[in-house]
Amino acid sequence: MKMILQCGVLFAYLALGELVVWLTGIPVPSSIIGMILLALSLKVGVIRLSHVEKPADFLVHNLGFFFVPAGIGLMRCLDTVGREWVPIVGASVVSTVVILLVTGQVHQRVRRMSFPLPRRSGQTPS
Amino acid sequence: MEFLTNKFFLLALTFAAYIGGCLIQRRTGVRLLNPILLAIAAMIAFLSLAGIDYDTYKTGGDYIDFWLKPAVVALGVPLYKQLESIKKQMIPLLAAEMAGCIAGVVSVVLVAEALGASREVVMSLAPKAVTTPIAMEISAAVGGIPPLTAAVVVCTGIFGGMTGFSIVRLGHVNSPIATGLSIGTAAHAVGTSAAMERSDRYGAFSSLGLTLNGLLTALLAPFILRLMGYAV
Repeated sequence: MKMILQCGVLFAYLALGELVVWLTGIPVPSSIIGMILLALSLKVGVIRLSHVEKPADFLVHNLGFFFVPAGIGLMRCLDTVGREWVPIVGASVVSTVVILLVTGQVHQRVRRMSFPLPRRSGQTPS
Repeated sequence: MEFLTNKFFLLALTFAAYIGGCLIQRRTGVRLLNPILLAIAAMIAFLSLAGIDYDTYKTGGDYIDFWLKPAVVALGVPLYKQLESIKKQMIPLLAAEMAGCIAGVVSVVLVAEALGASREVVMSLAPKAVTTPIAMEISAAVGGIPPLTAAVVVCTGIFGGMTGFSIVRLGHVNSPIATGLSIGTAAHAVGTSAAMERSDRYGAFSSLGLTLNGLLTALLAPFILRLMGYAV
């Protein structure tokens, strides 16, 4: 029963995400909205960790596996890939490295600049 | 031979390919032999040899694909566990995500153009850093090829998850928060599962990176592409 309940909670949050998308028409996937709502609900105490932890741990720790069918979709566009594999691979690799370095560096630098944060706005950190 | 197209057979075979990949990686200890990659390669080889098209495979594969959405929802749990540290550094997080999102889209477009990619392929690559469901939506919206985007997204995730830790270390990114964040931003949920293997803390910031970059890319990619001279 526990496992059913916990899976039910996960799907309830997915459904909630779908509802938000349906009501507002925002171009954001329902799963991302569900994720944010789940985190917030845990935070404010609407649900407890014990209500979702088991299936959530299983899914989160095996995330990669669920991408396999999408990856197999590559076989549908093998001819495009065959023709343009150089720009595809080149651009993906370069851009991944760029994102890793830019994100990490900006975070580190801004954090160093703004840390420790001033308690009240209007004060400038000395 | 009719049986080869049975959806439950194809489903079971996908599990077997993945488990086989895990065993190969464990035996050899070579990180490049990623189980996701091995499973995809083995399945494509099998389907091609057996003359089974992707739509037939999908009747079985969809049962796995189905769990992607609840799995993304489940990332709310590690996210919740790190909410305190997120609140403490709102500004650095947002600055890093904005920079990472813009740098990612701009760099992938520039390099793809320089290497002679067609317009369709450029558009398919633009959202490649974010998780498949978001990336496919963006790809369709800007005139790319969604299945190509999905495949590139998965490969990018594998690449980022495998090399991310070494690359950020070489780039003098040392804090665990910045490291996790970078990997999630560059390599979405596949990178996050690699980060999760290190620790829940890396994983949590990685899932934060994938969330924020997913949102930002969905919102900004069309504008960035327009600024770069594409009519989208």
